Amino acid sequence: MAVETAPHQLPDERLARVGFVAQLLKRPEIGSLFGVVAVFFLFVSTGHGFSSTGFGSLAGAASWSDEASLIGIMAVPVALLMIGGEFDLSAGVMIGSSGILFALLTVDHHWNVWPAFAVVMLFGLAIGFINGMLVMTTKLPSFIVTLATFFVLQGLNLGGLFSVTGKVYVPGVDTTSGYAFARKIFASTVWSPYDFQIRVFWCIAITAIGTWVLTRTRVGNWIFSVGGDATAARNVGVPVLGTKVALFMATSTLAALSGVMRTLQLREIEGAAGIGLEFEFIIAAVVGGCLLTGGYGSAIGATMGAIIMGMTTTGIVFAGWNSDFHFLFLGVILLLAVLLNTAIRRRAEAAR
Amino acid sequence: MTPTEGNGAHLIEVDHVSKYFGNVIALSEISAHVNGGEVVCVLGDNGAGKSTLIKILSGVHRPTEGRYLVDGEDVRFSSPRDARARGIATVYQDLAMCPLMSIWRNFFLGSEPLKGVPPLRRFDVALAKETVRKELHEMGIDVRDPDQTVGTLSGGERQAVAISRAVYFGARVLILDEPTSALGVKQAGIVLKYILQARDRGVGVIFITHNPHHAYPVGDRFVILNRGRSLGSYVKSKLQQDELVRLMAGGRELEELQHELAGITSGPAS
Repeated sequence: MAVETAPHQLPDERLARVGFVAQLLKRPEIGSLFGVVAVFFLFVSTGHGFSSTGFGSLAGAASWSDEASLIGIMAVPVALLMIGGEFDLSAGVMIGSSGILFALLTVDHHWNVWPAFAVVMLFGLAIGFINGMLVMTTKLPSFIVTLATFFVLQGLNLGGLFSVTGKVYVPGVDTTSGYAFARKIFASTVWSPYDFQIRVFWCIAITAIGTWVLTRTRVGNWIFSVGGDATAARNVGVPVLGTKVALFMATSTLAALSGVMRTLQLREIEGAAGIGLEFEFIIAAVVGGCLLTGGYGSAIGATMGAIIMGMTTTGIVFAGWNSDFHFLFLGVILLLAVLLNTAIRRRAEAAR
Repeated sequence: MTPTEGNGAHLIEVDHVSKYFGNVIALSEISAHVNGGEVVCVLGDNGAGKSTLIKILSGVHRPTEGRYLVDGEDVRFSSPRDARARGIATVYQDLAMCPLMSIWRNFFLGSEPLKGVPPLRRFDVALAKETVRKELHEMGIDVRDPDQTVGTLSGGERQAVAISRAVYFGARVLILDEPTSALGVKQAGIVLKYILQARDRGVGVIFITHNPHHAYPVGDRFVILNRGRSLGSYVKSKLQQDELVRLMAGGRELEELQHELAGITSGPAS
């Protein structure tokens, strides 16, 4: 038994003086922070600098933040899910499904926007519940289970929409009752003449909530543990099933919200909407420091990953390059991020 | 071995317990007990029935025959949770910890201290970190930084964190499953020190091991298992270390093995 009272407050001689920078370097999102700065200055230097039409201007910021928030709203739940050890490949197509459901209810069935919104949210919760329960009861990799959900929903979006309406998209959402107010909340712009999308603020709010849940709540501790070692978590009484299913439900419900936002913004929705975005969400989460193997990562990092991707997409336009180079950038950034993450993981896991 | 009633009851006691799996007799007529503040070592080679005994004590299995008493009362645990509720904690070899999570996150995993009111109820991080630092220090564990991930700790330090976690969450009996088996000499020594720390805090420790050199220095009593049977229970004062080694290895079997090995080594040479 220790008799001394003070020693544990004294600095340990084995603990080298850790500066602010060294502390910062231990954060999972540090790579993406450097990435944001690097990509920003790359496009400032190639895209008309800080001039009023340049990438570095407020108008430029409004432009890239629009793209970034599109990905960021989903990158946060996808990151939490990935930290919890699972993937959701249906997250992209769910945006389309939810938008189509929303448009069909409001345009074809003349519902008011708000009850339709409520139904779409319930749809999101239900799909997430199905995904989560399928993964947990079959014990199959979520990669496969949600790939199946992805194809099912894609088939429904394209085939179902065409057989119901005879069209490949639903136009005229702006003619529905309650549209103007819903657009104000979900799809308007603020601060003219720059016109930042209000979605940017939704994205900031979701990032803040995601970060708070992950780092400051009991559920956050559970999320890390179910992704880190589900057996260990179960042994100490963590509700593994509940945690994972809730993560799937959060992901698909935010996809449903994104679908509604997109439909309100574009005033229509096409059958192929959202397809392919699921990988962008995953890339943003990985660039933000989430390990593909789970148990480690951050929510704010995922948003920074989304910012990098948004800056890349718009920056290429500002620089006057062929926009197809977007994919080349994505590939390079993803590779760099995975290499960096692997190094971080090795450091975090290595026994001394 | 005699069960006593009332205040004199042992903390936990098994009385002639047996466990059959189908027609396999995993354990036969084992009796043992542990009191607060003492270390009972359960020794045995692979297949001696050590893990079956742990599983009975920790509530995973129920004995087929015999009695299991806690504070002198008969108990029938249906899950490890029941055992934990009575203060019987088991620290398994895999430790139930996530290597990528920090020490304080692991320490409170599943029993996080909360503050605030819903919906702003949150993990009391400051309290968690302070408690971890204090608890580990009281165990004499010198942790560099509670924010360190468990993966960066040495094997001995991880055992120590698991032990102090069990003690902090109210363990009166601590069952340690081969805590030293995967460790080097120095690390094992550290773990043995923590076993004594836990004992000094009044915890009854059941230390399962196949290494008599680890058991002898810390144990107060020794139960030796061989092929599901007890070879007897010994008090330390009446047992020498080499005697323990001999018993544990199965005495005669070891001598036979020495003869055999002598035959092999001298064989090709002649």
